[in-house]
Amino acid sequence: MTQPPKSSTAPPGTAVPTMPALPPQSGRSGAPTPRRTPDATPARRTALAEGVDQLRAAATTEPGRLRAIGALLAVLVVAFGAVAAWQTDSRATAAGDVLHHSQPLSSDAADIYRSLADANTMAASGYLAGLDETPATRTQYEKDVRNAASKLVTAAANADPGSSSATYIKQLNELLPEYKGLVESARANNRQGFPVGGAYLRAANDTMQNQMLPKAQDLYKNENERLSADYGNATPYPWFAIALGLLALGGLAWAQRRNYQRTNRVLNGGLVAASAATAVVLLWVVVGHTVARAGLNDSYDHGVKSLTVLHDARIASLKARSDENLILVSRGSETTTLPDKQVVDTYDWGYDQQIAALGKGLKLADSLADDSAGRKPVAVANSSMKVWISRHAKVSENNELGKYDDAREGVIGAKDATAECFNSVDASLNSALIQETKEFQQSAGDGLDAMTGLTVGAAVLAALGAAGAVLGIGRRLSEYR
Amino acid sequence: MRARSDLFRRLSAVRRVRAGLRGWGGVGAMAVVCVLAVAFVLLLPLTQSRGEAGADLGGQQTVQGTQARAPKCDEATVQDQSPSPSDADGTTIDAIKTRGYLNVGVDQNSYSWGYRNPNGSSGALEGFDIDVVTAIAKNIFGSSYSPEKVRFRAIPTDQRIPAIQKKTVDMVVRTMTINCERAAKVAFSAPYFVTGQQVLAPKVSTITGHNDTLADKKVCSAKGSTAYERLDADKTAHTLPASVDIKDTVPNQLDCLVKLQLGETDAVVTDGALAASLAAQDPTVELKGAAFTTEYYGVAMNLNATDLVRRVNRVLETYRTSTGPDGWHASYTKWLLPTLRADSKSADPPTPHYK
Repeated sequence: MTQPPKSSTAPPGTAVPTMPALPPQSGRSGAPTPRRTPDATPARRTALAEGVDQLRAAATTEPGRLRAIGALLAVLVVAFGAVAAWQTDSRATAAGDVLHHSQPLSSDAADIYRSLADANTMAASGYLAGLDETPATRTQYEKDVRNAASKLVTAAANADPGSSSATYIKQLNELLPEYKGLVESARANNRQGFPVGGAYLRAANDTMQNQMLPKAQDLYKNENERLSADYGNATPYPWFAIALGLLALGGLAWAQRRNYQRTNRVLNGGLVAASAATAVVLLWVVVGHTVARAGLNDSYDHGVKSLTVLHDARIASLKARSDENLILVSRGSETTTLPDKQVVDTYDWGYDQQIAALGKGLKLADSLADDSAGRKPVAVANSSMKVWISRHAKVSENNELGKYDDAREGVIGAKDATAECFNSVDASLNSALIQETKEFQQSAGDGLDAMTGLTVGAAVLAALGAAGAVLGIGRRLSEYR
Repeated sequence: MRARSDLFRRLSAVRRVRAGLRGWGGVGAMAVVCVLAVAFVLLLPLTQSRGEAGADLGGQQTVQGTQARAPKCDEATVQDQSPSPSDADGTTIDAIKTRGYLNVGVDQNSYSWGYRNPNGSSGALEGFDIDVVTAIAKNIFGSSYSPEKVRFRAIPTDQRIPAIQKKTVDMVVRTMTINCERAAKVAFSAPYFVTGQQVLAPKVSTITGHNDTLADKKVCSAKGSTAYERLDADKTAHTLPASVDIKDTVPNQLDCLVKLQLGETDAVVTDGALAASLAAQDPTVELKGAAFTTEYYGVAMNLNATDLVRRVNRVLETYRTSTGPDGWHASYTKWLLPTLRADSKSADPPTPHYK
């Protein structure tokens, strides 16, 4: 039941002027003030004092109040739109960073870590094979070193100068050629049949396992922290915007109720439009964020966590493999005294530790996998690991019995060797990683999609809402002309 | 329609997250169980190790006790305490023959002494020590000898004595110096090689031997080795300058060669036999000066295997004097002459004296 009393006489354009933005030379405000018209001004006073007087006068008149209300509503709605746009934009940026920046960097860091561990494994296998070293092992070693070097450059470009990541990258860059030098010396000496080659390989392995891999691991942890921070910025609800939205909606409701009480008119087109626009933005912000949060949290729980566990398991399997090779390369050159005074072969002991870590990692990966596509490769890796353990027991037995050639054949041979098991574990973990990366990208992508257009939409709709509020009040105001 | 299915997918994602959150209860419980298990595992060896350490201490005390009661051991004549040679079989030799093979602890990384040649056709072990083992095995098994009659086991340096005591091996032939501390725990054959601590340095180095030319130099030695103990004692006794840096110790003397080649150390001190094995792997380094100690290598066996010790002594008698291709001199010429040279005190076999 709209009853526009003088709608035709109040073109929107004229209704817009608000508040005291009018010529100050007379006491009369721009709009008609039917009731208390002040008489002629007594003496010339400062513009400021006059302005204050005008304001005071305006506040006591209905058109004045209407102007104030209109201005307030417009400011509220615009502020809501601006805050909503700002807050959703920062979240969408963070969510975009998760998907396009921090996760790829974390994945790159994991790749550096893995490439280094893999290079070390290939070097040890190649050394143990000696003249039987396959071109595949050699190629893989070179590829790993190149991959680590080029990923270090990417990581360096994304690390803040002076940060701990930058330090790790610098140290890794220094250690990589040193490591490679030791491996090449090992190879050259082995070719001449000198056992000092084995000492070089142990030195290389020590450089890798005790200096480089811990740094690569720290770098990976740093990148994961950056990823977590981006998640932290992307997922919280924009409470400030929501509160402002509710306030704006409340203000609009109050203005309409006041309007109804004073004029008995139920609907004011402008205010209704403003309310609708505000409500839409508010709903969009809340629902969009809820869906985005769900996607992002899902990508974290089923993507990032699984990826971390799988990466760790893969590193453990690589370390176990290089230790297994080094048992036969070092041939008892190095022992470790355990806290309980027991003296053990350093590499035999290292192998046991890493295989245990692999088993633990696979168990965890299985519990984190949320579908059969994720669980299947983990199960394959697990069963391969069990075969590996049983074959390794046979290798250890042969080695202890002095059947060195049988032991060596059991590690790098073509048939029934632990090499087969390690390759299967590595390949399965790789496909599990590919699967989980896909799931991560899917979920995080969904989350990011939910925020598509939210920033621009909130801004545009809020602007429309503010215009509606001003128009609505203006229509009321024009009745006083 | 597509938008709606999209919404459904998202709502189901919300449900999944909620289910995931509920799943955290389980994960939390697992974490608690893991922490408890780890704490248990960590605490368990603590309690055990205390018990074992106590037992170990007791063991050492008994050893010291027997040492005190036994006739006083003299480091200068400890190599002359082996029982006289004999051809007689005994319980130990019978057991070896019944078993069908000889278990020998050797080094697989000492070039010229016991090492696997990766380029050899069979990948079998070679070296001076291995030749000694072959001579012993040929004597024990007689006409039924074949290379399969010997099982070589890689034994780390610090596991030589435990392996003999636990009878994991019948004997250890692994550049093992005869000294009083070891003679109390294992039985040695008469010496088959004489050597002494020696300095190894690059040919171009100004170091001339165990003397003042080592001043301000870094000297590498194996952790816990005789070489390190001797260097430390010499520094204390001022027979070596105080500026000699002997902090560099490594798990294995091969690691010293790595450090020498990388320029991380200036010289290596180890016994001449092993120094020669290092020099044989790098033509740019050489032995500097004469050996400054005298040490004898012996075959180590179980304290109770007297029949085997006597038999080994008999084998060594023949081995030392033989001039044939299977004798001591042929083996020295093949493995050690190029680096130790003919004027070394190692160039002739030591003269055995028996108890």
